[in-house]
Amino acid sequence: MDVPAKVHVRTTINGQPQEFLVPPYMSLLDTIREIAGLTGTKEGCLDGNCGACTVNVDGRIVDSCLVLGAEVDGKNVTTVEGLATRDGLHPLQQAFLEEAALQCGICTPGFLVAAKGLLDNEPKPDEGRIRHWLAGNLCRCTGYDKIVRAVQKAAAAT
Amino acid sequence: MHPFAYVAPKTVDEAVAVLEKHGERARPIAGGTDLLVQARGGRFDLDAVVDIKKIPELVSIKNDDSGLEFGAAVPCYQLYENPELSAEYPGLMDAASLIGGIQIQSRAGLGGNLCNSTPSGDGICPLIVHYGTAVIAGPSGRRELPVEDFCTGPGRNDLKQGEMLVSLKFPKPSSTFGAAYERFIPRNEMDIAVAGVAASVELDSGGNIAKARVALCAVGPTPILAEAAGAALVGKSADDEAAIEAAGAAAAEAASPISDMRGTVEQRKHLVDVLTKRMVKKAVERARS
Repeated sequence: MDVPAKVHVRTTINGQPQEFLVPPYMSLLDTIREIAGLTGTKEGCLDGNCGACTVNVDGRIVDSCLVLGAEVDGKNVTTVEGLATRDGLHPLQQAFLEEAALQCGICTPGFLVAAKGLLDNEPKPDEGRIRHWLAGNLCRCTGYDKIVRAVQKAAAAT
Repeated sequence: MHPFAYVAPKTVDEAVAVLEKHGERARPIAGGTDLLVQARGGRFDLDAVVDIKKIPELVSIKNDDSGLEFGAAVPCYQLYENPELSAEYPGLMDAASLIGGIQIQSRAGLGGNLCNSTPSGDGICPLIVHYGTAVIAGPSGRRELPVEDFCTGPGRNDLKQGEMLVSLKFPKPSSTFGAAYERFIPRNEMDIAVAGVAASVELDSGGNIAKARVALCAVGPTPILAEAAGAALVGKSADDEAAIEAAGAAAAEAASPISDMRGTVEQRKHLVDVLTKRMVKKAVERARS
């Protein structure tokens, strides 16, 4: 059969304007990794359960495996690479390090982007709110307590 | 995954034209949280996905004195983050705030949940107890269908070739209306209902139940409007324990669950009974506040 024509996408990723052609059936996850070359965003379950591929699109966190690259035309995308600045790590990244909130690290970019989505809108969430917000992110190593403590620490530091 | 084209029309007519042309081999994409998983899993091969989010009518919310109407592509968070809606349509808010996690709620909506037509869809029973109507567009124009008649089997619904859901609309609830939805899952979040129940009541000036609906999730091939459960409440005092017991029993009777990895027939019927009583009481409490 005919291969569907690629889609022209103009988007902003981590503040940088980007323009590329994407296969219409390619996920945003693969678009970010394969086309934009940003491999911080991880593939986990590929069906919306684990949150490892979480990115921020226009201020909302989404599972990038369940978004098409073609859908982000005209939108603002933030990945884990967009968190640190030239002055250093984002407070969440620093807190994750200090609290040992990661072991194998595959879920970490998703947790960081998801947690930033919370703190951007609610700077001082309580523990219950943090746990509820992060229910869409799975970690098989840490047991979550260290992650929650890291988010609390980052929230207290900012 | 079968390679498909991406089409993002600006009008319902253009979207319908693409859907009609491709038939079974095209589907609308709203949140994509079911569609992309199913396409990847090989449930169907698509030649085109039709992104309906560029159509203004599909992403708008209209709430006025005549009622509420929201587009089929409106995501969950836009409902529950709207304080005006959350006070008036509590059953819809219960569903919108428990489907998936925050990431899913950024994209998924109640329109897509209805079109996916899974018996365990958390969003469908709340639409039914809020007396929802599906507005459908197709090659021969528009039609309306009560939500309780929309689903026809697991993953199947009344949409014909070339048709798509445009919006969902609801009559304005009276000040003495209340509704609630809850499901049983073995975890706190991010799971598929073993059984779920939505209930709504409208109280008359004497505090009796004037209208009532009970709808059941994950206990039959489609979501079930348990009419006998609603009827058991009408005309009774909102505090009538015997009537609420009768509604629970009638709902359990209306359920026709299967035993599978999530639960047994007996457990599901028991859950329907318990959840019905809880949801009626919660709906009454909300009707009074």
